[in-house]
Amino acid sequence: MAAFLLRRLGLMVLTLLLLSLIVFFAGQILPGDPGRAVLGPFAANSAVQSLDHQLGVDRPLLTRYLSWLGGLLHGNFGTSYAYRSAVEPFVRAALINSVKLAALAFVIVVPLGIAGGVIAALYEGRTADRVISVTGLSLSSVPEFVSGIVLIVVFGVTLKALPVTASAGAGAGDLDQFRHLILPAIPLVLVLFGYIARMARAGTIEALNSDYARTAVLKGLPQTTVIRRHVLRNSLLPTITVIATQTGYLIGGLVVVETLFNYQGLGNLIYKAAQAKDYAMLEAGVLVIGVVYVVATLIADLLLTVLNPRLRLGGTE
Amino acid sequence: MSDPVPQPTEPGAASAVDPVAPIDRAGGYLGPTGAAAVAAARRATPTRWRLLLRRPAFFAGAGILLFWVVCAVFGHAIAPYNPLAQQLLAANAAPSSAHWFGTDPLGRDVLSRVVTGARDILIITPLATILGTVLGTALGLAMGYFGGWFDTAASRLVEAFLALPFVIIALLFVVAVGSSIVGITVIIGLVFTPLIARTVRAAVLAERHQDYVSASRLLGENPARVMFGEILPNVMPAIVVEFTVRLAYAIFAVATLSFLGLGIQPPTPDWGTDIAANYSGLLAGYWWQTLFPALAIASLVIAVALIADSIEQVLSS
Repeated sequence: MAAFLLRRLGLMVLTLLLLSLIVFFAGQILPGDPGRAVLGPFAANSAVQSLDHQLGVDRPLLTRYLSWLGGLLHGNFGTSYAYRSAVEPFVRAALINSVKLAALAFVIVVPLGIAGGVIAALYEGRTADRVISVTGLSLSSVPEFVSGIVLIVVFGVTLKALPVTASAGAGAGDLDQFRHLILPAIPLVLVLFGYIARMARAGTIEALNSDYARTAVLKGLPQTTVIRRHVLRNSLLPTITVIATQTGYLIGGLVVVETLFNYQGLGNLIYKAAQAKDYAMLEAGVLVIGVVYVVATLIADLLLTVLNPRLRLGGTE
Repeated sequence: MSDPVPQPTEPGAASAVDPVAPIDRAGGYLGPTGAAAVAAARRATPTRWRLLLRRPAFFAGAGILLFWVVCAVFGHAIAPYNPLAQQLLAANAAPSSAHWFGTDPLGRDVLSRVVTGARDILIITPLATILGTVLGTALGLAMGYFGGWFDTAASRLVEAFLALPFVIIALLFVVAVGSSIVGITVIIGLVFTPLIARTVRAAVLAERHQDYVSASRLLGENPARVMFGEILPNVMPAIVVEFTVRLAYAIFAVATLSFLGLGIQPPTPDWGTDIAANYSGLLAGYWWQTLFPALAIASLVIAVALIADSIEQVLSS
């Protein structure tokens, strides 16, 4: 177990290092000059060069990468070119906002997706299964801004039931803020529902066809007990992995949802930083997403190992 | 059984699918579609393709796709108005007999823009998917066939890329090279490459130790001949499934990039761009300017997803 943990942690560090390389070099080949982007098209060349020098972007790439990486390890995410202040408070505030939105989406979609998948599996091949499977597949392929538009038209504009912006504004109560997050969370729920339901369905069908489930039925246990105690405990393991891997896609979806609903989260931060060529902000935002994803995957692996004695005792195949 | 059901592993049997979760042999997560594609590849026979014609979902998807292809090819002839012609006196007109889908803030006919808007997205997405499939197949074949340090290094790089949400990588690189049609096509193709390589690699691992591969190696055939002449035809079903699934993702991605202002540029008619330009009008009640392009995107992407799912199910049933 300790060796497994160490190996996983080592791989995680390697992945993060590669990720930082990808992010840094993609950030550096962005065309345009940060000094020029900050000062505008009419600034004198000498002013642009002196700002570039002050920001340190005229140094060789390798030096810049190493000093950037060194800063990251000390918790220094760099200085925003656009705001001329440290990136870290912006990223932290945005991350907290995004986590709220993502958490709401997860709290809705995980039980819904699992329930949908299990119901589809119990009625495999019948109408209920086809309806859930085709609906899930269709919904998960529709971009978030498309379902978001439909939701705004129906609930915001026509029924006037829910607010169409995600931020309740300063001084609003928690309940009010929660109401504002419902509509933005639904597009994320719609995309994720299909994936989670699909995995829960597959796992449940496999568990239903297993020898132990057949034994439980044949020894006369009631169907609900068979499902609750024998089927679900085994069928939901693969679903955990899917839920963890979907966190990455969830954050990708946040870029769109936060733009559509004008919410100050991580996705919106990255989008605005990309437009302003604010490298430090962009790199910090993208790296935070990568870290969240890698850590979520690690937690899912560990959880899977703890829940599944076959993996814990037999090691990885 | 018709979904990506993790197959139980018999002792000693070579299986690309883990008994618990779809995990490939490097311990990486393949995703529901990747695992299904690999499973499909192992069961494919020519007669299964004929089963496709019996699936209503396939017919529905193919019908809608055909409709949009006709719009893409003959759009300018079918459209009632010139999609670029502005009539400022008829701006923001609600749907009527003259303008079935109403007009936008510049008085352009929304129906004409929806019909002609099919063109660019239906040019970019298949080309990008073909590019990604060709490159990903070559990389995946090489990774699976050669193994060793090459496979390890490439797998780590793929892993690092997968830690970033698709939309964010695309965003990062589109900002870097600018949003031309060629640029978007190449970027989406390149972003797909590691995803497709991963599925192909897993499929190749299942084939590599088959007798026919050993036989052709013993005959002294060169690696390229073994990979492309012997293994490729046997992993083709997995590649076909992967291609159709990725095509749906490509439509999702191009529409999203357009919505973020990084895709097809105005005034060219495009669904995502038109939604981005007009969604602030939703609050003023101009729902037709965004709802109809949104429904167009939804119908196209659902159609491709239904086709992809039908192919996958037919190959794995």
